[in-house]
Amino acid sequence: MNYLIYGLIVLLAILHQDFWWWDDSETLVFGFIPIGLAYHAGVSLVASVLWALAVKFCWPSDIDELETESATGQTGEHA
Amino acid sequence: MNTEQIPVWIILGYLSLLLILGLTSLRFFRGTAADYFLASRGIGSFLLVMSLFGTTMTAFALIGSTGESFKAGIGVYGLMASWSGIIHSACFFLVGIKLWSFGKRHGYVTQIQFFRDRFESNTIGLILFPILVGLVIPYLLIGVMGAGVTIEKVTAGAFPDLFAGHGSGPTAVKPGSIPYWLGSAVICIVVLIYVFLGGVRGAAWANAFQTIVFMILGLVTFVVIADKLGGVANATKMVQEHNPHKLRRSVRPDDPLTRYHGDVAVYEKKLAKWQAAPEAKRGPKPREVRKPDGISYLHFLSYLFIPLSVGMFPHLFQHWLTAKSAKTFRLAVVLHPFLIMVVWVPCVLVGAWATSAVIDGSPVIPYGFSNPNAVLGLLVKKLTTPVLSGFLTAGILAAIMSSLDSQFLCIGSIFANDIVAHYISRDRLTDRQRVVYGRLFVVFIVLVTYLLALTRPGGVFTLGVWCFSGFASLFPLVFAAVYWKRATKAGAYASILTTAAVWVWLFAKSGYGANREFLYHDMMPVATIITASTVALVVVSLMTRPPSPKTVEKFFNKA
Repeated sequence: MNYLIYGLIVLLAILHQDFWWWDDSETLVFGFIPIGLAYHAGVSLVASVLWALAVKFCWPSDIDELETESATGQTGEHA
Repeated sequence: MNTEQIPVWIILGYLSLLLILGLTSLRFFRGTAADYFLASRGIGSFLLVMSLFGTTMTAFALIGSTGESFKAGIGVYGLMASWSGIIHSACFFLVGIKLWSFGKRHGYVTQIQFFRDRFESNTIGLILFPILVGLVIPYLLIGVMGAGVTIEKVTAGAFPDLFAGHGSGPTAVKPGSIPYWLGSAVICIVVLIYVFLGGVRGAAWANAFQTIVFMILGLVTFVVIADKLGGVANATKMVQEHNPHKLRRSVRPDDPLTRYHGDVAVYEKKLAKWQAAPEAKRGPKPREVRKPDGISYLHFLSYLFIPLSVGMFPHLFQHWLTAKSAKTFRLAVVLHPFLIMVVWVPCVLVGAWATSAVIDGSPVIPYGFSNPNAVLGLLVKKLTTPVLSGFLTAGILAAIMSSLDSQFLCIGSIFANDIVAHYISRDRLTDRQRVVYGRLFVVFIVLVTYLLALTRPGGVFTLGVWCFSGFASLFPLVFAAVYWKRATKAGAYASILTTAAVWVWLFAKSGYGANREFLYHDMMPVATIITASTVALVVVSLMTRPPSPKTVEKFFNKA
């Protein structure tokens, strides 16, 4: 699952280079947002969704162990 | 009260609310260094989202995004905003959480403490310190100067009996304006008070409040401006008719380029006037108008490196360490791209509309208008009421202060914890002494920044993207420190020194920032610097002795 989600994030980064909308000022989304802008607003939304999936499925297991240690007072605190 | 004073009272009301927040945060202060610098590692999800977003979004998110879109069209969203959405969250998730865990486990407060341990080098801090502070200071100056100028412009005519105007031309100060020195001083003092009293907790609370303020005001401004332009569809239609290249990333040979031709006409008039004037009385030669040429594929792609800077920002590092738990990061990782979209899309649209908006036959932004960063302010002043103008100014100041506070605090923290506590006092300072030094250095940094801002260093605004490039080019260092066991002390030194050398070389090639559109091989300079920095880190690490088993155990043992 990790590979799939990170793969999708890399794919999103590749799709960010949307040369196919580069020259289009005629297509409008909702009648006022130029397609080049609407597409990238969509990239931002998809980024949020993919990072939500990463948080759910790619969460680092060692961090949870630290949380347990923290609860039992085993961590350093010098500051 | 005259109508010009309305924005002043709104701004003062807003600043008073911030001071109340600062005083309230003092009541929660426990008196320890961990509490002052890290809020006792107790910041929850909502506050972390807001403080990370508020810190990364400067005033640029409102006025800069509008101005850049006015200048270059809607492509700036893809260049700056959607890349940031992907990369910032990647930095929070892949680097921020790891650094939080090291901070929690080993008690770090600053980046330098982490790098000293990870790379087994006491002196690495002495190299990193001037670089980190040197890259943050222009960023601070941009904030303080931006605040002073914004207040001066928006308060024109407010107090004609108190403040006389001076100068002429575009830099003239109109009578009655709150002077630059006073406006920037008030902003510095307000930020100083809540950071001095509440430390990072005060900054996080203020950031959350300010982020909500600038997001709401940005949206309100968008709705009001769209309405005045005859609705969103009409506003876009005017751009399609007169400057369609602002709605895409290329320029076609048959584009009308209405604004460009209008700007050229104004330029030619100014040039003729300048040439006709006696040589002794001539001011600076009018600046030639640049013909729009679109955004190239490589330029667009190379912007992906810029947002990596958040991985190395010392003030972001400090905010990461304040998190209550690793789970606290989840909301920030997920929501950050969405919040960027909410703030940037309306501003980018307004900037594109401003190029072509015509009311009663005249352009809303006059031809020859050469300051893109003032476009939003001018639109608000022409199309809305003084009340909205006051609130929008409060929103712009909110965006400025929500970054300034964290930067002041982190530099104070680096001075107190790394320079005084470690290098000078050899780790013999008491907890209370650290708090005292932290506060003293915050006062010192605010004072130095203010005094530097009074000199109005001309080139500082062009330094912004160079500071981001510097931090971004150090990203391989932090990424390798966290994920690559084989990264060595010598590799780290090689990476830092290579970054510094290539940065200086390219900065010099750009005429020390004079060429604002400087690209190297059609790419942002950061692409070259980060490549050199990565190669130096990898090659030198592989050629030198690996870190000791103790260090590997400390940072890479999962148990």
